[in-house]
Amino acid sequence: MAFETQHLGASDSNSGTGDLDENILPKGAILQNRYEIIKVLGMGGMGAVYLAQDLHFSGIKRMCAVKEMISTTPDPQVRRLAVESFVREANLLAELNHAGIPKIIDFFTESIRSYLVMEFVEGEDLEETLENSEGMLKESTVLDWAIQICDVLAFLHSKAIVFRDLKPANIMLRRGSDNKICLIDFGIAKAFEVGQKGTMIGTEGYSPPEQYRGVAEPRGDIYALGATLHHLLTKRDPRLEPPFTFHEEPVRLLNPVISEETSAVIMKALEYDPDKRYGSAQEYKDALQAALRKDRSVLNRPAAPPNATQFLTDPSPAAPSVHPQATPNFPPQPYPQQPAHPGYPPQPYPQQPAHPGYPPQPYPQQPQPGYPAQPYPYPQPPPGTSMLTGGLEADIEDSILPVWKFKCEDEIRGKAPTADDKNLFIGVYDNNIYAISLKDGKFQWKFASEGGISGKPALYKDRLIFGSEDRVAYAISTTGRLIWTCPTEGRIRSSPIVEFDHAFFGSDDHRLYAVNAQTGRVIWRYEAVGPIRSSPTLGDELVYVGSEDAHLYAIDLSSGAVRWKFRANRPITSSPTLYEDMILVGSSDWNLYSVDAKSGYVNWRTRTGNAIISSPTVVDGVVYVGSTDKHLYAVDARTGRVNWKFNADSPIVSTPAVTDEAIYFGTTTGEVISLTRKDRKVRWRFKTGGPIPASPLIQDGIVYIGSTDHYVYALPA
Amino acid sequence: MNFLQRLFWPPNPETEPDNMSGNVEPGSIKITNMNLCSLPPGLHIGKYSDLGQVRERNEDSFYIVASTMNTNYGEEPFGIFIVADGMGGHEKGDIASSVAANTTANALLTEIYLPILTNNHNTNSDRPINEALVAAVEQANVAVQKSAPEGGTTLTAAMVMGNSAYIAHIGDTRAYLFNKDGLKQITEDHSLAQRLKATGQATPEQIAQIENVLYRAIGQSSSIEVDTHFQYLPPGNSLLLCSDGLWKGIDDDGVIQETLNKTSSPQEACEKLVAIANNNGGDDNITIIIISIGGEA
Repeated sequence: MAFETQHLGASDSNSGTGDLDENILPKGAILQNRYEIIKVLGMGGMGAVYLAQDLHFSGIKRMCAVKEMISTTPDPQVRRLAVESFVREANLLAELNHAGIPKIIDFFTESIRSYLVMEFVEGEDLEETLENSEGMLKESTVLDWAIQICDVLAFLHSKAIVFRDLKPANIMLRRGSDNKICLIDFGIAKAFEVGQKGTMIGTEGYSPPEQYRGVAEPRGDIYALGATLHHLLTKRDPRLEPPFTFHEEPVRLLNPVISEETSAVIMKALEYDPDKRYGSAQEYKDALQAALRKDRSVLNRPAAPPNATQFLTDPSPAAPSVHPQATPNFPPQPYPQQPAHPGYPPQPYPQQPAHPGYPPQPYPQQPQPGYPAQPYPYPQPPPGTSMLTGGLEADIEDSILPVWKFKCEDEIRGKAPTADDKNLFIGVYDNNIYAISLKDGKFQWKFASEGGISGKPALYKDRLIFGSEDRVAYAISTTGRLIWTCPTEGRIRSSPIVEFDHAFFGSDDHRLYAVNAQTGRVIWRYEAVGPIRSSPTLGDELVYVGSEDAHLYAIDLSSGAVRWKFRANRPITSSPTLYEDMILVGSSDWNLYSVDAKSGYVNWRTRTGNAIISSPTVVDGVVYVGSTDKHLYAVDARTGRVNWKFNADSPIVSTPAVTDEAIYFGTTTGEVISLTRKDRKVRWRFKTGGPIPASPLIQDGIVYIGSTDHYVYALPA
Repeated sequence: MNFLQRLFWPPNPETEPDNMSGNVEPGSIKITNMNLCSLPPGLHIGKYSDLGQVRERNEDSFYIVASTMNTNYGEEPFGIFIVADGMGGHEKGDIASSVAANTTANALLTEIYLPILTNNHNTNSDRPINEALVAAVEQANVAVQKSAPEGGTTLTAAMVMGNSAYIAHIGDTRAYLFNKDGLKQITEDHSLAQRLKATGQATPEQIAQIENVLYRAIGQSSSIEVDTHFQYLPPGNSLLLCSDGLWKGIDDDGVIQETLNKTSSPQEACEKLVAIANNNGGDDNITIIIISIGGEA
């Protein structure tokens, strides 16, 4: 029974977008006397996409996809422009004929709604495929898809169309077609003229940098394809990471099975500067095909960017125990000593209870692509792999002997431990907080959360307050008993600080929380634009914290309102330090900044040779900070002048601890180094079995530090 | 001095001993110098609401609830303290201020306090306290618009939990912090006069002419903007909430501070301050609440 389109209230659509919800066509509604709505396939920014049946073909069930555009603006002028743009898009697409894009069947307008009727592509999109896959996808399969996509892109670009929103969710695998792809959702494909500026559209994470400035050109699609392939081969979702940080975790770092050639091809497409990427989809396709054939000759082109070159010529292969023919369920064995622990996987990525398709990455701030530097196998897959059997007992040369060492079940990654007068408390990536006696390293108790703990627990009166990667902040007594929990919506890697009876900490859900330390009740929360992994620091009236969105924020303690914010060029993972009237903080943009605490203006900045993840420590007017350029810096706090720098031969991520006589810090090659403060002579070096991102705690003449070799060490200072 | 006698003021303040140790009960804490900054542990509360010398109605309202719970981490005081100054004349002002105070108190008790009592709160759905405060005052706004459509009111509410005070504020009633470092105003006045003073845009004479105009208040529009503050209140600190009858009546925060320095209880402080304001003319209703946190600092 045919009837006019009805505008009823509720329907069986999922996730509406505000007022568009009420306008969803119900099942059975018929458009143009021809298309009967079966169900909603999804919601776009301007309206729904429906599955419909084409009633003209009465003998068979001929399906189509109907994309709706509703102009909700009351302004008739704006509405007219929107419809015109939609018409243009429809006409553009109607001319295209390629197996990799759905065919346009029809286009019409009914009052404030316009409709585009397209071929319905049945199948699964790559985001679903990725989520449903166990282990990693096969390299040759993904390359095959990539080559097909390049074909489609080359076709579109030749018609002066930029796709602009390439991502796994927009790539369909046609059912029953033997892995043939089809690009869907032309919502924003636009005809381009070189240098055209418009508004930013495209999905964050996959979009190239220039698209954020409104520039849309074919090389942007190349970047987006690179980002898509990166995600498909590593299961690292770029939407969850700071933008443009692919080079910090190249494909091969996260999935060592992938060949160097393939990895290099993908990383070249992800170059920040469009001129450094492949110039065209055809060129990209050639490179991908060559990689597929493992043909090195095609890839040795001049003027490759430094990172990629370093990568290709990296002499050290993956550590010996990596199995070259590893299957997608690499590595095959769990680390033999690991007991089964809830939430702690013996295997990497796929079994993580965390975000679908997203593995807990290896220590997130590994900055250098060429860096699985050397003997330490760590940079490969995360906790629990068999690598560590190699290094652990074998070559530890101590120039000093530890007072004691305590073995945990997993890596110690985060900040320093905390101690009261009896026990050391330390968070470990095996989900536990351990209490270990200071004197003799004896196990006292442990408290289990459901995610890795990488921050420093805060000691407040009779309790410890800390966050976990299970997204919850905990308060437990110093005897290990749970007092309260405070859930957030993101992993917590930031270390809380407690003052005025309140705990302040950041979460990956982009918020800075202020929580009553007695009861765990949130009193306010501030929303930044990116995850907050740095730890806050407090002034008299302001809380200061850095975010992965490249800002340093100063938030009013009492009301939670932002007072000022300062923008660096890259994420601020380092925790700010307050010294007199300034805030000192490092950024992944290589700089150490001094910012006025009241106004947020920059006093000075000092450039190092690479990203700064370590937090600065200030003693007597000198700022000590480590850089991933392998140096420890001592900088004058007033002028920003570098007094000296010490070459540690290894990136430094750990925050230095400073006493009257000496400076202590850990390196990513697993050493704890102590220098004299006066003339920076090495007092001793202590080698552990794994990189040390953690920072030392010094108490009563003992240095306590954890390493990714699973040990907590007590060393004589 | 008739009006002074009405206030039940101790007859001879000058002879009141500073050293109270002789009057301390056996077994309780010996405090040698009783003043607001060194009281016995717990919440100490003083309140006063006075008509003043000129007005015919008291359009100020206040609300106080105070409790102490014994929890596994010690005594946990909880209190809600509200001062609201109504405007509109012909009863509208006092209806507005009392409806606002009661509605705010009700919302806070329901959302924050009762769930603690009934052990019935789900941390997953607890909203941040600053949002709960704003929502409570928004509810008050709706209630005032219904029951006193031509009236309006200011509101300054403090919810005290242990050593933390969470404050919601709109208008020109004020909250001050008082301790041994002195007196500090916590809230900002939402009055045109204050704005002009702060931005230096008008002369004192011009400012004097628009003394009573508020750019933010309850009951004036369907959407309101509420300030929230968190104030740490360790032992030795006091919170003072008051209507403008006090701070306009004693036009010098120094006098308020001095008075607070010289009293031994919040109640006494309230009475003294009201007396001084009335002495200065008492042009408006005067309402004061003082909450002092006792115990060892």
